[in-house]
Amino acid sequence: MNKRERPLSPHLQVYKLEYTMALSGGHRISGIALSVAFIALVICLAALAAGPDGYNVIAGWLGSVFGKVLFSAAVTGFWYHFTTGLRHLRWDAGVGFERAEARRSAWVAVVVIVVLSAASICAIFC
Amino acid sequence: MADFTLPANSRYNEVPGREFRAVAGASRVKTFKIYRFDPDSGEKPRVDRYEVDLDRCGPMVLDALIKIKSELDPTLTFRRSCREGICGSCAMNIDGKNTLACTKSIADVKGNVNIFPLPHMPVVKDLVPDLTNFYAQYAAVKPWLQTRTPAPPDRERLQSKEDQEKIDRPSACILCACCSTSCPSYWWNPERYLGPAALLAAYRWIIDSRDEATGERLDFLDDAYRLYRCHTIMNCVEACPKDLAPGKAIAEIKKLLVSRTL
Repeated sequence: MNKRERPLSPHLQVYKLEYTMALSGGHRISGIALSVAFIALVICLAALAAGPDGYNVIAGWLGSVFGKVLFSAAVTGFWYHFTTGLRHLRWDAGVGFERAEARRSAWVAVVVIVVLSAASICAIFC
Repeated sequence: MADFTLPANSRYNEVPGREFRAVAGASRVKTFKIYRFDPDSGEKPRVDRYEVDLDRCGPMVLDALIKIKSELDPTLTFRRSCREGICGSCAMNIDGKNTLACTKSIADVKGNVNIFPLPHMPVVKDLVPDLTNFYAQYAAVKPWLQTRTPAPPDRERLQSKEDQEKIDRPSACILCACCSTSCPSYWWNPERYLGPAALLAAYRWIIDSRDEATGERLDFLDDAYRLYRCHTIMNCVEACPKDLAPGKAIAEIKKLLVSRTL
């Protein structure tokens, strides 16, 4: 019999985007984004250390609307990765694996991320 | 690198599906959209639509599948046996989540009922995936008692009630594959990552007080892929129809591996 190669059943195409996958994916994406953001932070610090001219360039960048949005995104990404990271540390200790516990910790994480991000962004710009 | 898209022979929305209407006078019609693949036709997979009158159908998704097969379309192919959530045969992706068709209530699905085979598996036919690799991974963790000491001559190897209770829950796994095939890590590394079901089975023997191969079992799992491709995404815990929290077992194995090096 000429056996045709079997098709692969659909996966991402049909699986419901559950909070589990969403938060886990967000943890990875925020981690990658933060490694870029920290390079940007180093460039900023280097510019500040270079003197008044460098300071003015960075202050202009961060003062613009685009700069503020980018900075706020980086702050949110930081708190996201920080909070979900703590959630993962708790799991590494073997705690919180039951379905109800995992759902609860997901909600707590989302609330904490929103509160900490809003507070930090307000503290910086308001 | 993970391939997030389907290979060309697996795309299921290029061939138009067929439609099977409910009989005239049907009172409570529900539409089931079901993945179809016929290995003999040479065609790509497609999605067929079946209308089922819920007033003439049992309450579970499996009841609807059996009704469709016996009344609308005898070519529809799926596995089923016990119809009470203990054999694990009718595991499939229903309404976007892996579960058992026999314990999933039709009433719990809003709108159309979408039914696909277990995700990211080779499809034999329709809703029947090829589980060869899954079973090989189960066999790889040696799911049987391994001993060095001779057995007592006059009785079985005994175990305290507390020790028995430790293995109660992991022993309840029915190997339906809902957890492993819900796991994105398993999707991207099906040959190298053992997946939650096999790891749950491994854990069941690691913590068995009568087993004497704990060290070898841990040695086998101490691998960047076999165990550590688990990134605690937790889809397994969401999917398990027996509520066994496979993710917890994996975390306990990781803890045992760490504690043995301290």
